[in-house]
Amino acid sequence: MAPHDPDAHYVSDSPYDPEAERQLIERKDLDYATWVLVWRRFLKNRLAVLSGIFLLAIYIQLPFIDFLSPYSHTVRDDDHLNAPPQPVGIFDGGFIVTYPMTETLDMQTLQRVYTADYDNPQPLRWFASCGAPYSFLGIWESDNHLVCPPEGGTFYPFGTDRLGRDMLSRLMHSARLSLTIGLIGVAISFAIGMVVGGIAGYFGGWVDAIVQRAIEVIRSLPELPIWLALSAAIPAHWGPEAVFFVISIILGLLDWPGLARAVRSKFLALREEEYVRAAELMGASTARIIAAHMMPNFMSHLVASATLSIPAMILGETALSFLGLGLRPPAVSWGLMLNDALTLGQGAITITPWVLWPLAPVILVVLAYNFLGDGIRDALDPYS
Amino acid sequence: MARFILRRCVTMIWTLAVVSVLVFIIVNLPPGDILSNRIDELMASGEEASVAQARFIAAQYSLDQPLWKQYLIWMGVWPGPNGFSGILQGDLGWSFELDRPVADIVGEAVWMTVVLNFTTIIFVYVFALPLGAIAAVRANTLVDYVATFIGYIGLATPNFLLALVLYNYGAQWFGLPVGGMMGREFSGQPLSWAKILDVLEHLIVPVIVIGTSGMAAMVRRLRANLLDELGKPYVVTAAAKGLPPARAVVKYPLRMALNPFVADIGNMLPQLVSGSVIVSVVMGLQTIGPILLQSLRSQDYFLSGFILLFVSVLTLVGMLVSDILLALLDPRIRFAGRGR
Repeated sequence: MAPHDPDAHYVSDSPYDPEAERQLIERKDLDYATWVLVWRRFLKNRLAVLSGIFLLAIYIQLPFIDFLSPYSHTVRDDDHLNAPPQPVGIFDGGFIVTYPMTETLDMQTLQRVYTADYDNPQPLRWFASCGAPYSFLGIWESDNHLVCPPEGGTFYPFGTDRLGRDMLSRLMHSARLSLTIGLIGVAISFAIGMVVGGIAGYFGGWVDAIVQRAIEVIRSLPELPIWLALSAAIPAHWGPEAVFFVISIILGLLDWPGLARAVRSKFLALREEEYVRAAELMGASTARIIAAHMMPNFMSHLVASATLSIPAMILGETALSFLGLGLRPPAVSWGLMLNDALTLGQGAITITPWVLWPLAPVILVVLAYNFLGDGIRDALDPYS
Repeated sequence: MARFILRRCVTMIWTLAVVSVLVFIIVNLPPGDILSNRIDELMASGEEASVAQARFIAAQYSLDQPLWKQYLIWMGVWPGPNGFSGILQGDLGWSFELDRPVADIVGEAVWMTVVLNFTTIIFVYVFALPLGAIAAVRANTLVDYVATFIGYIGLATPNFLLALVLYNYGAQWFGLPVGGMMGREFSGQPLSWAKILDVLEHLIVPVIVIGTSGMAAMVRRLRANLLDELGKPYVVTAAAKGLPPARAVVKYPLRMALNPFVADIGNMLPQLVSGSVIVSVVMGLQTIGPILLQSLRSQDYFLSGFILLFVSVLTLVGMLVSDILLALLDPRIRFAGRGR
């Protein structure tokens, strides 16, 4: 007999437990290791997975940029200064072909005008030798490239800059510094944040008070002006490598307070947990308690917040280089490329808008890191 | 309330003291600033008169003193040598590169910076509040998606890149004046209605550029908070008892969701000020941004030191204001020890 039903709907007599189905899955899930659950939950977030694959793909190709890019980032072509993106065709007498551009000077505006010759397709060469030899992974010398410009022709699908350097190749070479500086910066800020936050959380008392005040002060500083001031202090005669490392240290120096605060609060919270008390009672040393019991519990959160602060560093480097106080040529980064756009001024950019190309990778990478970081953060709590 | 404000002010003052020391150290980091270079030059020429002049300059700006004393003199706590009394007493020092007093150089730029940042904050509040509230009330509708879209734009495009694009296309697309804080004919003119209107018109693009990323974050935050709040039983009760929908949202849930919203402005300020500096450089606004960049390049340290200090003060005062607002809004904070 169905239970009393004023609306006289049909109700099945068979016993029904609404929780049964859900409980079954949860019980099974609980037997897995945490990381499996985290991983599974992460995979559900399509955007984060996609971003992760994207980032992985571009980081993997960093060592092979010399091979992958058609030109070196320093080679100049005096016949193609500020050339617009070159038209590219497919299956026009070759798999991928380019059409040669000829330069004429418009005597009215004194601008260079490039016209493409569509009747004369030139096929690209694949895996051919061209350009100056480079050192492949530092192991052997090579002048092989994935793609070579056609014999006697050019391949500038993204145009060239004011010195006639290929934008595409420069974009690819820029990725090296622009993408690694964030990692180094985060590593530094991570190290400082862990140590300082750990000390504050562990010792407490006046040490904690001092660290807290320091964090407050640093967090209230406007980052960019301080970054600018610090990088302006780098002596002018230092080499590009030294400047690169100092800049990444500078970026890390102002970023640690957030991490330190997170570490500290985690320390304070975990210190009160029963399993820490239990470990203490069983005679575990302080170092062991921190390393074996506390660290695994907050490490993942720190990784998530580190992922979220990498884009800030990449943007920081871009901003510094863009303003001319970051990396210095002959180094090449997206910020440095945009610096050209700044010096060109307003009128010039409307004439040569392709100098703004570096915006695209910056925005893509920053977005990808943000999505990835959000995805990791959300996945970290598999039991909720 | 008065006690809370007093305590908060004391915190700010010692923070400022620490910040001023940091700034002094930073601007003194580079080996060889513009003045000591000039002194070296004079010394190198070897003439007695030049050496004497070099000594005179060094003594004038107390460069022959130990660093800690230089700091105290710069701050104006310690009496400086003839005529230099320090920042606290209104003497900002001398720009060696431009050979003018710092106060003259930064004069109008300081006000423009304050105006720019203040307008940006107002912009962020005025647009983020309704946008966030509507996005929450009408979750998963067109309005919500538009707000989310703006949020991602703000998240993805750093403001100086946005500035670069708008600087080049803003005039073309929107017919708005871009570049500079005012028309050329107004610079150096006394304040007038025409000038104020002109400045306001020039402010539109920079304020949008600087404010968008902050606004995006605020909208997302407010939306999340309000959504949490809207699901609570008291809101359902209010609606069930016949409170008009708008009132049922504004009267209680919005007020609860507003707390983190106000607190956020303090966290956002450093980024806002940073953003205004770089955007000013890109768009050629006559704020202290371009002056800072120039003075850092030439290591003109009275100038860069003052600007760094000023920018920090601007941030700290903004945080103070946001804390006081927060305390006004939420009595719990007033009585619960320090700050947030």
